[in-house]
Amino acid sequence: MSMVDEPLYPIAVLIDELKNDDIQLRLNSIRRLSIIARALGEERTRKELIPFLSENNDDDDEVLLAMAEELGVFIPYVGGVEHAHVLLPPLETLSSVEETCVREKAVDSLCRIGSQMRENDLVDHFIPLAKRLSAGEWFTARVSACGIFHIAYPSASDMVKTELRSIYSQLCQDDMPMVRRAAATNLGKFAATIESAHLKTDIMSMFEDLTQDDQDSVRLLAVEGCAALGKLLEPQDCVTHLLPVIVNFSQDKSWRVRYMVANQLYELCEAVGPEPTRTDLVPAYVRLLRDNEAEVRIAAAGKVTKFCRILNPELAIQHILPCVKELSSDSSQHVRSALASVIMGMAPVLGKDATIEHLLPIFLSLLKDEFPDVRLNIISKLDQVNQVIGIDLLSQSLLPAIVELAEDRHWRVRLAIIEYIPLLASQLGVGFFDDKLGALCMQWLQDKVHSIREAAANNLKRLAEEFGPEWAMQHIVPQVLEMINNPHYLYRMTILLAVSLLAPVMGSEITCSKLLPVVITASKDRVPNIKFNVAKMMQSLIPIVDQSVVEKMIRPCLVELSEDPDVDVRFFANQALQSIDNVMMSS
Amino acid sequence: MNGGDDASSSAATSGPPPSLEWRFSQVFGERTAGEEVQEVDIISAIEFDKSGDHLATGDRGGRVVLFERTDTKEHGGSRRDLEETDYAVRHPEFRYKTEFQSHEPEFDYLKSLEIEEKINKIRWCQPANGALFLLCTNDKTIKYWKVQEKKIKRISEMNIDPSKMESSSNPPPQLVANGLPADKAHGYLTKDFSFPPGGIPSLRLPVVTSQDTNLVARCRRVYAHAHDYHINSISNSSDGETFISADDLRVNLWNLEISNQSFNIVDVKPTNMEDLTEVITSAEFHPIHCNMLAYSSSKGSIRLIDMRQSALCDSHTKLFEEPEAPGSRSFFTEIIASISDIKFSKDGRYILSRDYMTLKLWDINMDSGPVASYQVHEHLRPRLCDLYENDSIFDKFECCLSGDGLRVATGSYSNLFRVFGTSPGSTEAATLEASKNPMRRQIQTPARPSRSIGSMTRVVRRGSESPGAEANGNAYDFTTKLLHMAWHPTENSIACAAANSLYMYYA
Repeated sequence: MSMVDEPLYPIAVLIDELKNDDIQLRLNSIRRLSIIARALGEERTRKELIPFLSENNDDDDEVLLAMAEELGVFIPYVGGVEHAHVLLPPLETLSSVEETCVREKAVDSLCRIGSQMRENDLVDHFIPLAKRLSAGEWFTARVSACGIFHIAYPSASDMVKTELRSIYSQLCQDDMPMVRRAAATNLGKFAATIESAHLKTDIMSMFEDLTQDDQDSVRLLAVEGCAALGKLLEPQDCVTHLLPVIVNFSQDKSWRVRYMVANQLYELCEAVGPEPTRTDLVPAYVRLLRDNEAEVRIAAAGKVTKFCRILNPELAIQHILPCVKELSSDSSQHVRSALASVIMGMAPVLGKDATIEHLLPIFLSLLKDEFPDVRLNIISKLDQVNQVIGIDLLSQSLLPAIVELAEDRHWRVRLAIIEYIPLLASQLGVGFFDDKLGALCMQWLQDKVHSIREAAANNLKRLAEEFGPEWAMQHIVPQVLEMINNPHYLYRMTILLAVSLLAPVMGSEITCSKLLPVVITASKDRVPNIKFNVAKMMQSLIPIVDQSVVEKMIRPCLVELSEDPDVDVRFFANQALQSIDNVMMSS
Repeated sequence: MNGGDDASSSAATSGPPPSLEWRFSQVFGERTAGEEVQEVDIISAIEFDKSGDHLATGDRGGRVVLFERTDTKEHGGSRRDLEETDYAVRHPEFRYKTEFQSHEPEFDYLKSLEIEEKINKIRWCQPANGALFLLCTNDKTIKYWKVQEKKIKRISEMNIDPSKMESSSNPPPQLVANGLPADKAHGYLTKDFSFPPGGIPSLRLPVVTSQDTNLVARCRRVYAHAHDYHINSISNSSDGETFISADDLRVNLWNLEISNQSFNIVDVKPTNMEDLTEVITSAEFHPIHCNMLAYSSSKGSIRLIDMRQSALCDSHTKLFEEPEAPGSRSFFTEIIASISDIKFSKDGRYILSRDYMTLKLWDINMDSGPVASYQVHEHLRPRLCDLYENDSIFDKFECCLSGDGLRVATGSYSNLFRVFGTSPGSTEAATLEASKNPMRRQIQTPARPSRSIGSMTRVVRRGSESPGAEANGNAYDFTTKLLHMAWHPTENSIACAAANSLYMYYA
């Protein structure tokens, strides 16, 4: 029992707390493991700290998770890359614990360390580790094993490589579906490290095993691997090996598998080349767009644009567009919503004429959809159409729908529209905006819902930024200032908020001449909430306006407020006064 | 289960397996004479794990008790022990392992509802690293428990001796109460502080001694707020990552790792609740095919659904219903048709269902009717009125199948339970009492197959013979009912609950 020197107390405590009963203190110590390591020095870290941590494997999951993370960046503290292998044992234990997130973190850290290790160390330490994990008694170890093969494989000798491939193929046929799922998930990564000679034989046979698994959860992860494998294989091998599998998958009995195919299909088009795409993948995709399960149609509809970008426009118009038309009146609102979120992207792909002829009617019908999400998804991507069909046509056909949404019953819909107004304004231009949308923007300031009023104030600021102070002076400021006389104090607060947001944009001169007088009048309001908001606002105005103005107009007003009967008003007034003093002192 | 053609040929040559002779094995929590049973101690769920090495019971007090098998584990026993087990038939023996409080009584303030702590169902999950995992549910909330041996740590050496620190006349001033260094000392912990290259030799790591272990149960996840009605079943999928939970109107699908999200896969709630005619009473995943599950209803039907077909499985793939015998309809027909429990056989080929009067065995490839039905409560038919009056008619008896599928069992009143042989030609039908002398009430006359109805020649009805004393209908005790029981997955061993006692039998 040694007593340590006084300056070392903090670090001594930190070390002792590795075993404290309080989990928070243990966590704290583990997070600062690097400091402990430096205090012990490299050699004792290797010989004492790391073995100590290896034994500490039945701690709470939170502590283990932190430990797995710290060890991943621990190479400098054990004496550099030549000693990196000492970090493997504690991570090996962590990669077989029961909690998934701890195992995943440990595998991450193992990969990170393995990728820095010297080749002969990998052979001596990392490859045996991978083998041990794959032969683990519990499925947890075997699951983790799948995630480190791509690090172990490249540096192995030919004989060991053969062994590793056969071990991985066993993992693909493990009794536990969890292990097979891990093998399927990591197959792409592992395949990327494998020589092309074995790719076609060993990896493809593993892939085939996985695609025929009884468990849907395994098969659908195999689909995910398709795209990764496609990138590794030559196009003709893709066509002979992958294409039949994916076409089969697209007609799988399980909708979850078809769902995955719908999500992945476009990635395969490039791998197989244009001709097989036309003959096999387009029909498969069309089937998925017309699937009888809504979830599959949602996934397929969400990829419509990506898929069309790969195809030539003719094929898209001929095969995909009819399906898109059907989907726009699908019975499931989620399908329509998914379609609406991507359909605008098809405009540049199809070109102006086809867009006007085929897409515009679909846009319009989606804009009138009874489900707000569908309408919003269309509005949010309007700019893409604008570029293709031009503003006149767009405004003619779309504006009524937008105005309708701006007055929607659901405040969330109104909120979403407000957020798009600056974007619309920039696309549509000043003239158009003044005509159609200006009144709406003012109307929102008096909305019944606070979030809308707040967003409306913000919107004004963004419009002022977009069109400049002069325009704002004409089209925003007078209307806003008029509303300060609203009988309800909550609406007056909105105006104060709008003023404080506009002030920085409008600049010092307009602020002093137009905005400040209104604020000062508001300081005489009978409602304390208004008054302390005035105080807060004035504080924010200090850096904008001239110092003389501060002294002449703001300070007297604040002094008066600082003697208000209401405690909150006094508090904020005093705070503002204090910040005036601070500014004075610093200048 | 000799259902397949290949199996039936072997059955033809060897005949049905001989009837089993059941013996008492063990009892846990036996009542002494005159002892009153505490409501909270009454067992409300029993479940063996997949290996049969562990048994869990849940009770009305929200507790879960685990038992572990003792007879297979110790190989290094003394010679005498080995000799003993040699002539006595080896049968599973269990000992108390641990217990934990899974659920506590709660109050739902939004709905002004009390939520009982009673454990409705327990299901074992895949063990890992020697840790056991269980799902337990009460009416509303499912919990995922991990039971694991933890080392008890005793720290023998530290840098700073707490006892010395207190006695020291000059305690280090930098330390605040919780042992964290005070601000002043933080300087040493920043990255700028340079340690000597060899480290500081006086610092040492704490030394931990004592290798004692104890079992710790930790709740890993809570799956809550997904059921408006009472949860009646939970069941894990063969994929090892998902499970279902069923209440009166809905079945939800969960991922074990994700507790804040579940998917509704079956919803039988009508738009107008006045149209409600049928509720879900029990649901179970197919033991092998992760896409199939079955649920039973209060109208006596079992629906098999295929999750591959669509995301919402409101339409079933197969419907198993027994056609109503003409002219037999009475006020009680619908009540007694309600299925209280269903179980898949281990190979997934058959479904066993229990309604108030019978046990029925269904072949999932034959939806015209059950392949066999076994009378459990036929002798109670004249007394349905009384049973309705005292609510006993709504008792939910569970059922179970043996691991080999050759026998089925279910509970009854007076702490009795019945075991039937299912193989073709078998006449096995035993009535046993959950007591130390299970054969006390057994009748000697073998049950004969009763008339087969109509063209369904495959249908075998057995067990209509009622036990002697009870035939007169006087000795039945409706307050002592044996609702919960489980069959060991690999051996002929039954665990059953009589109030607060757990009885185990073997054959």
